[in-house]
Amino acid sequence: MNNFRCSMVLVTLIIAAIIVALGTATVFAAPKQKNIILATTTSTQDSGLLDVLIPMFEKETGYFVKTIAVGSGQAMAMGQKGEADVMLVHSPDAEKKFIEQGYGINRRLIMHNDFIIVGPGADPAKIKGVKSSTEALKVIAKVNALFLSRGDNSGTNAQEKKLWKQASINPEGQKWYQQTGLGMGQTLNVTSEKKGYTLADRGTYLAMKKNLGLDILVEGDAALLNIYHIMEINVTKWPKVNADGAKAFADFMVSKKTQDIIKTFGVDKFGSPLFFPDADKKVEDLGK
Amino acid sequence: MELIIQGIIKAFELIISLDPEVMGITWLSLKISGTATFISLFIGVSIGTLVALSNFSGKRLIISLINTGMGLPPVVVGLFVTIMIWRSGPLGFLEILYTPYAMIIAQAIIATPIVMGISLASIQNLPPNLRLQILSLGASRLQMVWVLIKESKLPLLAAVMAGFGGVISEVGASIMVGGNIKGYSRVLTTATVMETGKGNFDIAIALGIILLILAFIVNLLLTQIQQRQHPR
Repeated sequence: MNNFRCSMVLVTLIIAAIIVALGTATVFAAPKQKNIILATTTSTQDSGLLDVLIPMFEKETGYFVKTIAVGSGQAMAMGQKGEADVMLVHSPDAEKKFIEQGYGINRRLIMHNDFIIVGPGADPAKIKGVKSSTEALKVIAKVNALFLSRGDNSGTNAQEKKLWKQASINPEGQKWYQQTGLGMGQTLNVTSEKKGYTLADRGTYLAMKKNLGLDILVEGDAALLNIYHIMEINVTKWPKVNADGAKAFADFMVSKKTQDIIKTFGVDKFGSPLFFPDADKKVEDLGK
Repeated sequence: MELIIQGIIKAFELIISLDPEVMGITWLSLKISGTATFISLFIGVSIGTLVALSNFSGKRLIISLINTGMGLPPVVVGLFVTIMIWRSGPLGFLEILYTPYAMIIAQAIIATPIVMGISLASIQNLPPNLRLQILSLGASRLQMVWVLIKESKLPLLAAVMAGFGGVISEVGASIMVGGNIKGYSRVLTTATVMETGKGNFDIAIALGIILLILAFIVNLLLTQIQQRQHPR
């Protein structure tokens, strides 16, 4: 009897294994040759924009897009090794270098929104209404108000470092300057909990506003533009890159239809658009 | 507090309405972690039994290594699997980075030492005379091993539960090698991380509750099998 039960258990396990194996085989049989790896920033995914655009692109072209949402720094590190096919990022200085070094080609302007400096409503450093972002940072440094940095080489982090440099302040190692090493959403949560200040992209802030005790304190400075470009990875450098797929996706992003969707994306939910389409513009003309 | 209640309500909403996306994510979590546990069961039990039953110099070192492996950090596994299978890696030709297959491999690597360590200990824990007894009754070596494995069924099923529990709740490796791709490699843990990042705490809590319920059901079934022959 004992033996019989044991074999019953075994048979059940084997049947379960077969079911699982069959199930996996059929479901995982995704198209293989048609994969595109899109390395992008967390803001494009977290805002929900890609959830709208990518299914459209996949339906239109038959490609399968694998979106890997990481910071711009990591996205470009992936591109540099040929581990991605196309990238949608917002770290202009690093992007230019990326193109110069020959890793990327066909860098095209897609859209922009802006960065904002947010902080607690009580605003202990009194920076609300300060027009210049560098001035605001100088005040924060002077009164030693807590500032949270992403500290992860993301596009936002790169922008923040640039602003500190323009303000001729080196915040590294200061007691009032803390690095979270987290994405934008989580950094906003930390900032809210600690009642500190941080630099954020407007899209993520708007999407999360309901759970945060943070107000927009500095905005509208031309230095705070947040510009997104698309780049294809150089196939001559990395032969395994899906160059056709990358080009198809980049072309899709600058097409009029896509740009029209970007223009109205988020209006119904947040009352204002999260991104402004720029495919037919020049970087110098933005924010004017 | 209000947020937790909201999350619980959201969890039941998602379950009762059979939200297709959440159901897909849950089913995928079960399939990936189930397959990984199954693979680890074969490798773990066979090598665990082999090490337990054989005598060789350096056995203690091997056992220490296996026991250390039981605490293998998932992110480290994720990192190494990524480096092995990305395009420029030694196994790049397989083209499985950012697929559920890669997640199964990473999770199987995490679960195998857990299953191996527990099965090794449970076989070692059997009375030493049992082996002689079985052999003297005329059993072949293979039959003897089979009887020993059956004798330690209780701890072995505990090993399966520990292995499954380890991988279904794991996030570091899954997000690195799977990429959290919507409708393809997004599982309960990686979706929870993403929703937390987006500030959708109610959905994140709901996914966490669904994960707990799933783990509970699987363990309940395994415990049923485990306890069946033992009068309570």
